[in-house]
Amino acid sequence: MSGSGAIERALERVLEGFAAGQKAALARAVSIIEDQREGHERLAATIHPKLGRARRLGLTGPPGAGKSTLTTLLAEAYLAAGMKVGVVAVDPTSPFTGGALLGDRVRMERVALHPNVFIRSMATRGSLGGLASMTREVCDVLDAFGMDRILVETVGVGQSELDIARLADTSAVILVPESGDAIQTLKAGVMEIADCFVVNKADRPGADRLRNDIEVMLGLRGGGGPAPDAHHGIDLKAVNPKRQAREAAARDDDRWTPPVLRTIGATGEGMPEFIAALDRHFAYLERSGTLQSRRRERLRDRVRDVVEHRIHRRLWRDEGIQQWVEAQLPALERGEVTPFTVAEALLARSVAAGTFTGSPT
Amino acid sequence: MSRPIRVLVAKPGLDGHDRGAKVVAAALRDAGMEVIYTGLHQTPEMIASAAVQEDVDVVGLSILSGAHMTLFPRVLQLLREQGRDDVLITGGGIIPKEDMDALEQQGIAKLFGPGTPTTALIEYIRAWFAARQAQGA
Repeated sequence: MSGSGAIERALERVLEGFAAGQKAALARAVSIIEDQREGHERLAATIHPKLGRARRLGLTGPPGAGKSTLTTLLAEAYLAAGMKVGVVAVDPTSPFTGGALLGDRVRMERVALHPNVFIRSMATRGSLGGLASMTREVCDVLDAFGMDRILVETVGVGQSELDIARLADTSAVILVPESGDAIQTLKAGVMEIADCFVVNKADRPGADRLRNDIEVMLGLRGGGGPAPDAHHGIDLKAVNPKRQAREAAARDDDRWTPPVLRTIGATGEGMPEFIAALDRHFAYLERSGTLQSRRRERLRDRVRDVVEHRIHRRLWRDEGIQQWVEAQLPALERGEVTPFTVAEALLARSVAAGTFTGSPT
Repeated sequence: MSRPIRVLVAKPGLDGHDRGAKVVAAALRDAGMEVIYTGLHQTPEMIASAAVQEDVDVVGLSILSGAHMTLFPRVLQLLREQGRDDVLITGGGIIPKEDMDALEQQGIAKLFGPGTPTTALIEYIRAWFAARQAQGA
């Protein structure tokens, strides 16, 4: 290392280029944040006041559902409307080698050369929630750069990779007719975070049935069943949860029922409706105050993460503490102490001392 | 601080033979690198733009069409124009030795011919990266 002076100067150049709108500087800023390189805290602090312009849209769903294709189609539409678009595409890191093959760009080449788009591939690097651990921070960088829309594509997910819901203003769950039967749609997890469902490849058999299943699920969740005040017997409309869901999704009120849309990525069919649904959801977020509360929640998460990260770093990089923990292992093995008592002793002493340096005993 | 080496593997030009590029991409992934694969028929502009946005350390081009004397220098030039003169541009394909030498004169890194074991490329990239990190670049 040639000293912190060189790093300072390099960071200055990045900040200058960033302010001047250069993509190479944006790309380097993303790397600094992603790798937590030296200077990342200063960079994050510099961009913090510029946050809040972009709408963050998350696309998640099982592998092969068409997330990259729909992301590209959305980007294309926003670019055509004169907007600046950032795309973050996440693919998995191998837990065995630490390597990753990031292939989402292959399907994004239609928009790749547009001057107002910036596409970045990220590897999960051990994070298990469908995103990389720094994806949210990378979105902040894109936001501060002046993007109007940030599209985040998760890795192909199963049922419990839900990080996208903490990051995005609007999360779309992309499914295909083969995604599963009625039971799958009732499961917890990824189906519960959707602000919008998209049944892609809707020209394939089973698409309408999947839409029905999702709508029934949504109608049931909304408390479907005979309305108590139906005085001329049971209102048949009210016992049709599918219809209820469809009608609720079409209403502009203070509750949001996710619409269930159909698209065909190969032809672009259904995209205008998808885009309109995303806009309607954002309008709902603003109207209901949910946008502010979601974004505030995001900031709270950030503070918590930074605190946890720092505690983590200070604790586990402290040699005295490591040695002390090492010294407890024989007693642990003999069953004389438990992991809980050891942790208690360590935390009590280091936190009380206001520092983590030195051995707690 | 160690971070993964980021590599863009691209297939410029018109030949449609991407087996080699895919083998190399998988080998670099298995060597712990983050490989961005862009697919077939890439123009130099697409490659340079992807390399800049992905902030890669290395660009690897696979060229079997004979157009290497045009494509390599063009990618190099486009990267330099965007301030990325620090990228290692390497690659492979059917490239005569004298062309490899001529390209090296222009600032292209070592190129690898048919039959090269993937370990040779991996070691070459790792050594280059370690040397650059040591310089504090």
